[in-house]
Amino acid sequence: MPVAHTHNPEETAALARRLAAHLQAGDLILLQGGLGAGKTTFVQGLAQGLGVGEPVTSPTFTLIHHYSGGRLPLFHFDLYRLEGEQEIADLGFEEYLEQRGVIVVEWAERLGSLTPSEYLRVNITRSGESARAFDLQPFGTRYETTLSSALSGAFSENDPC
Amino acid sequence: MIILGIETSCDETSAAVVADGTQVLSNVVASQADLHARWGGVVPEVASRKHVERLLPVIFEALESANLSLRAVEGIAVTNRPGLIGALLIGVTAAKALAYGWKLPLVGVHHLEGHLYSNFLAAPDLAFPFICLLVSGGHTEIVLVESHEQRRSLGRTRDDAAGECFDKCARLMGLPYPGGPHIDRLAASGDPQRIAFPRAWLGDSFDFSFSGLKTAALRFLETDGGRTPQEDVAASFQAAAVEPLVRKTIRAAQTTGVRSVAVAGGVAANRGLAQAMRQACEEAGLRLVIPPPSLCTDNAAMIAAAGAPRLLRGESDPLSLDSFASEPVG
Repeated sequence: MPVAHTHNPEETAALARRLAAHLQAGDLILLQGGLGAGKTTFVQGLAQGLGVGEPVTSPTFTLIHHYSGGRLPLFHFDLYRLEGEQEIADLGFEEYLEQRGVIVVEWAERLGSLTPSEYLRVNITRSGESARAFDLQPFGTRYETTLSSALSGAFSENDPC
Repeated sequence: MIILGIETSCDETSAAVVADGTQVLSNVVASQADLHARWGGVVPEVASRKHVERLLPVIFEALESANLSLRAVEGIAVTNRPGLIGALLIGVTAAKALAYGWKLPLVGVHHLEGHLYSNFLAAPDLAFPFICLLVSGGHTEIVLVESHEQRRSLGRTRDDAAGECFDKCARLMGLPYPGGPHIDRLAASGDPQRIAFPRAWLGDSFDFSFSGLKTAALRFLETDGGRTPQEDVAASFQAAAVEPLVRKTIRAAQTTGVRSVAVAGGVAANRGLAQAMRQACEEAGLRLVIPPPSLCTDNAAMIAAAGAPRLLRGESDPLSLDSFASEPVG
């Protein structure tokens, strides 16, 4: 599975910007990685890549941020405060999947059985003080295509930029 | 003018009765405190269903504790942006039904504008212009409030909100929810210089950044293994969070030539922040307003206060009033 390495937050955002160029309406990205892994930084890059002008901030307390200024609507979820699948269902997660935008979810492991069968999983691990490894795993052919076009010549295994 | 305020933008279901935009007659917030303690974390009232179950009892309780009937209400103010769309719709729909049934003027209020107006409930004589530091779990922003109609955002967080940073750090320290007050309590007897946590100054900008502090606290706690007293960790963390909030707010007042500073939002209840802000304002010769905690956390009294100027001018929104998930306070 493809792993991309970044050395600092700027490179993380650049990696996400490249991915954003290949996203389509209805795409779902599930982010995993602990506190301080760089999930929000990654989403900031996605938003820039989609052409969202507004600053992107953490939705930990507000749960969902909706950005409509870009090429596609961006729905930024943060499930950190949510414990049970029922709460996530109550939030209307499945209704957002119908919205023809890009959905990106922080703390996606909390989706449990609500996890759809097709999505792009991005698992972020710390490989140094500010270096991060991004394990990009497509689930479903749609995401295999997205990922291979995003990866083709866009960035090598060790250099996202 | 008797105004009924309604707030359902996120976790809290709240209704309040406010006279003339400055006098709180009642302010009822459906509380989740017992659940919070049991879970050791935040249990958000995300379910619109919960707002539906609670809103009417909360409205009736607000009227009852104000010793008024619905007949006495002369206007309705409701949060219609920004927030969870399903949650906002409950409050807005109830407000529209009441406005239609009782032939009352209705105004939609920006949630963050509500926080700004909590200052007029605490200090009705507060005059324009003033600088407001809006600091909560979801927002951190410095706003220049020039008049009822005009305000300008001078800076805001580029990543995490300050309150979110407090909560996440408290969780890392194994403190019970809500974490902010526990850090505040521990910090009172700790050494703020024990650990040199980073402060994000971001040059001359009035913007904030708290994700670096969160990550620094995580790294410190991972390697420290509990050797440093919790009081010192809390005091050092709190100092690193509070310093940029205070210094940038004071500098915003000095740069704009404004003589009054206000603090609003849930983190305004933090004693360390209040103390540092009081001292800095004294030194700079600025007036300081910090509303009591009941008006700082999400509540409907501030929504009624924010809707008052328009209602008092005889304005109202149509019954087609919409709800919006996002919209900057600007």
